[in-house]
Amino acid sequence: MIVYKGVSKTYSNITAVHDLNMEIQKGEFFGLLGPNGAGKTTIIRMTMALTPPTSGSIEIGGQKIRRDSTDIKQKFGIVPQYSNLENDLTAYENLEFHGRLYGLPKQLRRRRIDELLEFADLTSRKKDIARTFSGGMQRKLMIAKTLMHDPEIMLLDEPTVGLDATTRRKIWDFLRQLRENGLTIFMTTHYLEEAQALCERVGLIDEGNLIMLDTPEKIIQSAGQFVLDCYQNGKTTQKFFEDRESAIAAAEQTEGSFKVREANLEDAFIKLTNKDLGVRNEI
Amino acid sequence: MRFSSIIWKEWLVLKNKFISTTLGAIVGPLLFLVAFGWGLGNAVEIDGGSYIDFVIPGIIAMLTMTTSFNVVANDINISRVYSKTFEAVMIAPIKTAVFVLARVTASALRGLYGAALILVIALLFGANLHIDWYFVLVLILNCFVFSTAGIIAGIIVDSHADMAKITSFVITPMSFLSGTFFPLDRFPDFLRVIFELLPLTQAIIGLREGVSAAGSWIVPVALFGYLIVMLPISVILCRRAE
Ligand SMILES: Nc1ncnc2c1ncn2[C@@H]1O[C@H](COP(=O)(O)OP(=O)(O)O)[C@@H](O)[C@H]1O
Ligand SMILES: [Mg+2]
Repeated sequence: MIVYKGVSKTYSNITAVHDLNMEIQKGEFFGLLGPNGAGKTTIIRMTMALTPPTSGSIEIGGQKIRRDSTDIKQKFGIVPQYSNLENDLTAYENLEFHGRLYGLPKQLRRRRIDELLEFADLTSRKKDIARTFSGGMQRKLMIAKTLMHDPEIMLLDEPTVGLDATTRRKIWDFLRQLRENGLTIFMTTHYLEEAQALCERVGLIDEGNLIMLDTPEKIIQSAGQFVLDCYQNGKTTQKFFEDRESAIAAAEQTEGSFKVREANLEDAFIKLTNKDLGVRNEI
Repeated sequence: MRFSSIIWKEWLVLKNKFISTTLGAIVGPLLFLVAFGWGLGNAVEIDGGSYIDFVIPGIIAMLTMTTSFNVVANDINISRVYSKTFEAVMIAPIKTAVFVLARVTASALRGLYGAALILVIALLFGANLHIDWYFVLVLILNCFVFSTAGIIAGIIVDSHADMAKITSFVITPMSFLSGTFFPLDRFPDFLRVIFELLPLTQAIIGLREGVSAAGSWIVPVALFGYLIVMLPISVILCRRAE
């Protein structure tokens, strides 16, 4: 559905994205997982023709996306990393503006606004100016706004960054519901548990390079199902094992404190990005 | 539909600040008219007429220029750099040309609203104005030309500080060098020719001399020419804007 062919993006001296090749499939929940500065936002922005790739091409349904590709854009709902709400307008007016911009007839517009205010728990705040909303409310309003025109594909750039745990879970449920309704979802995140909890396929990205792309389970397997954390001389190192027994066997050989546990996406990420060093990166 | 959605939003923003906008649009003209109208108006004669009759068309053109220009230039700039609402429109299914035309129109209407307020005040001050179709046409073209210039400025400039520079180096000099406050023939010939080419000069000539003056057709044609050149530039810039 969205095909990236050798996509690179260079800003004066920084390579933000390097030779990206991947495809987002129709109907899947796809996640791009990587630390800050990995190039996630740049990929989303290129996908919507907000900034052109330096080389390579991005095709959506076989068509190259351009600034004036109105047919393609009509099918997309985009939730950027930072608020793009009209700060001086109310929640209701923000939704109404979006509905008009996407060409919804009046009747449908009114109905969708009421439904979506309900969906986003904002009915009681509909006459309040958007700038007075908390971060979580703004994010929910942004998601509600993008659902106004009933998109086929949702692009979400770090949809839960900076939100408290409760609100984050709420947004997760929100997204799961959308997935059940058949939307294609492409989300970026730097929270591994978010990728693990929601995504059917995950691309690991670091310093502009796509390192691996697979189901979360396969990615974890490729690193090793079990991890031995050893804390020695002020440093934690990880060793990966196929099964618990060999991890325990290795643990018995080590000095210092240790812990054997099941691997998660974060471990896989660390192993794949820093194979030889074994230094713990913050992701 | 898409066109009207942009106009609708601009109207909504204006409506929420209608009173402060209106008061703001009145302060400038009042000060100018007090200073140059009452202050100098009857004391000074220019080319055989009273100064107030000379200066009021200049003030009208100048103030509608700054309103049309500033509103859209600052707003586009803020929406690109800070509020990111520019991005929200760029990802929406609206052709860039439609967006630009809608913003230009909205801003020009704002300028015309300001112009209407100024006209009322000027008439209260006893100005001698011949408001006919030609006068209104020149006013409208003036608003459209400077709204388009405002879009261009809002897109190419990346910060508020740079916007202030455009105002200091382009808009303010033009306010004074377009024959607003004194006739251009006080300048040496080569300067006069340059200043006569400025769009604001053309608008002021049109408002001041009216349709019956010799060569009055030049003014709308010149302003329209500016518009025809700047509109495609603003669309191309907008299509590339990030
Ligand atoms: N407009 C820009 N100008 C210069 N460098 C940029 C710009 N946008 C992003 N970058 C750089 O590109 C890299 C990737 O950034 P970004 O895509 O925002 O990463 P992420 O969203 O994964 O945190 C970073 O090094 C960032 O500094
Ligand atoms: Mg980002």
